[in-house]
Amino acid sequence: MLEYFFTEEQQMMIDTAREIGEKKIIPVRAQYDEEQAFPHDVFKAIADADLTGVYIPDEYGGCAGDTGIMNMCLVTEELSKYCGGISLSFAGTALGTLPILISGDDEQKKRWLPRIASGTLAAFGITEPDAGSDAASMRTTAVRDGDDYIINGTKLFISNGGEADIYSIFAMTDKAKGARGCSCFVLEKGMDGFTFGKKEDKMGIRASCTRELIFQDLRVPAANRLGREGTGFMTAMKTFDNSRPGVGSQALGIAQGALDLAIDYARQRKQFGRPIIANQGLQWMLADMAMQVEAARALVYATARWIDAGAKRPTGASAMSKCFASDVAMKVTIDAIQVFGGVGYTKEYPIEKYARDAKITQIYEGTNQIQRDEIALALIKEAARK
Amino acid sequence: MNIVVCIKQVPDTTDVRIDPVTNTLVRQGVESIINPFDAYAIEEGVRIKERLGSGKVIIVTMGPPQAEKALREAISLGADEAVLLCSRAFAGGDTWATSLTLSQAMKKINPDVVLAGKQAIDGDTAQVGPGISCHLDWPQACYVSKIREIEKGRAVVECLMETGKEVLEVELPAVLTVVKEINEPRLPSLKGKMRAKKAEITVWSEADIEADPEKVGLKGSPTAVNRTFSPPRRTGGEIIQAETAGEAGKILVGKIKELQIG
Repeated sequence: MLEYFFTEEQQMMIDTAREIGEKKIIPVRAQYDEEQAFPHDVFKAIADADLTGVYIPDEYGGCAGDTGIMNMCLVTEELSKYCGGISLSFAGTALGTLPILISGDDEQKKRWLPRIASGTLAAFGITEPDAGSDAASMRTTAVRDGDDYIINGTKLFISNGGEADIYSIFAMTDKAKGARGCSCFVLEKGMDGFTFGKKEDKMGIRASCTRELIFQDLRVPAANRLGREGTGFMTAMKTFDNSRPGVGSQALGIAQGALDLAIDYARQRKQFGRPIIANQGLQWMLADMAMQVEAARALVYATARWIDAGAKRPTGASAMSKCFASDVAMKVTIDAIQVFGGVGYTKEYPIEKYARDAKITQIYEGTNQIQRDEIALALIKEAARK
Repeated sequence: MNIVVCIKQVPDTTDVRIDPVTNTLVRQGVESIINPFDAYAIEEGVRIKERLGSGKVIIVTMGPPQAEKALREAISLGADEAVLLCSRAFAGGDTWATSLTLSQAMKKINPDVVLAGKQAIDGDTAQVGPGISCHLDWPQACYVSKIREIEKGRAVVECLMETGKEVLEVELPAVLTVVKEINEPRLPSLKGKMRAKKAEITVWSEADIEADPEKVGLKGSPTAVNRTFSPPRRTGGEIIQAETAGEAGKILVGKIKELQIG
């Protein structure tokens, strides 16, 4: 509705993602949701269309330009309008790539980024059974052994787990140091001692794969460590600063997709001899939904653009963009079901899936309660600096 | 291998409407697209290039300046170069004059093979592709559903016939027109779109292709369209209601006599 003055390249990215959504996602989304299978064919179409490189610098095979995070958000949003689960193949890969972008050296970037830009799936692994929001209490260890590290532990709820080839994972190199004893490593599927455990059976985003990673005496060269030893936690926090607008854009896309469907349905559905959209009560509902979506969009885009411009402390804004957009997505998708009435509650229509897919955006990459903690902390820090 | 793909820009509708006053196509409010059958030809051209690992795909169309949009889209789908045959002299050409114009361009480009869609969705003649080969005295294979083998000077293709498939070996250069069964066209890629935006479109007039201005466009067209019209819409008809079938029959016979068609 509003004009956001995208660059010509960004408009091309949006149009390209839309064409994939209309031609490749709509026909298959219900089936992937039902079967909880991984959409390799759609991800291939996303890669063939060069969208997997939109957040990767040009010198490493991508086309990020100066707007990598904004590009990532725009593509995630557009794909999520059609399916918030399928879009996670793209967004989860971006999340797994960010630690390499943030803390990788030139050698490491050359090793992994061109592969990801050309369509290799990546994943991010920090969560453990006893370390969810409290990431600093992780138990996975990496013990130095000559030029290698030996990694042991498990990671839980890993998006793209088992499907991805490249994994950015976190392990304690010095438990005594707490958060400062955490390091980040890049693992590749097929390494000895790297296996996959349980696949989660989920409420939503069922067209994505969420799986356990198991490390048993996994030997990884020190050359796979991103940044210095002990900087892993910082890498993770910086990754979240960059990735949370991405979750916001996923939520935004889901909300916009649901709103679009609700408007279409309200114009078609006739009761009492006229389309139900003629009812003011319903019009006001749609108006409220649209206002919230547009406000979420403004916040997500402003945050993404600020990050691309080199923001020093985007943590509070990143948390806001993720938290606000995901709360909007939950409300808007539930209201969209209401617009559809009885049929909206059935799987005959795609709208109930939007609400199921929306729910995760309030939970992952930090629950919305954690986001509010982050926002409050940013407020306190900012006030203290004055 | 130089692969030429001939395309046409057409209105984005299979339900072409005709202005009852001017008897021309209603183009207002209708977006222009690449003729869908030509999209399969573009994809096949790009696939041949990819399979052989060398050569280039050159898109050729005859049309107004706006046809540049279709050419750029073809580049975004993997073509390398594009030529627009554009001149007032070319306007109003029938299938004979159009295929002659295109064949003159082929003489200049000197391709190894020419691909085109089996027909355009607006005119539906299926004559321009074969026409190009006739003007050049090249072989042609129409309704190609598979290119089994292709190399310099020779191709083996499967053609879709009404009752089955015909396998033909053709000498190249030849014109091959393709059906939708041949492939599934790819979606345009981001890098393709960026390349398309920057691409230089070559524009040739009748002088550039050494075409006789008297033999192209409306002047060179042996076909004259006297009148174009939309057939009147069929109305619903009348249902005769009567107590018994016999009575209904009688009423029907009466009506037939009334209309003097019995």
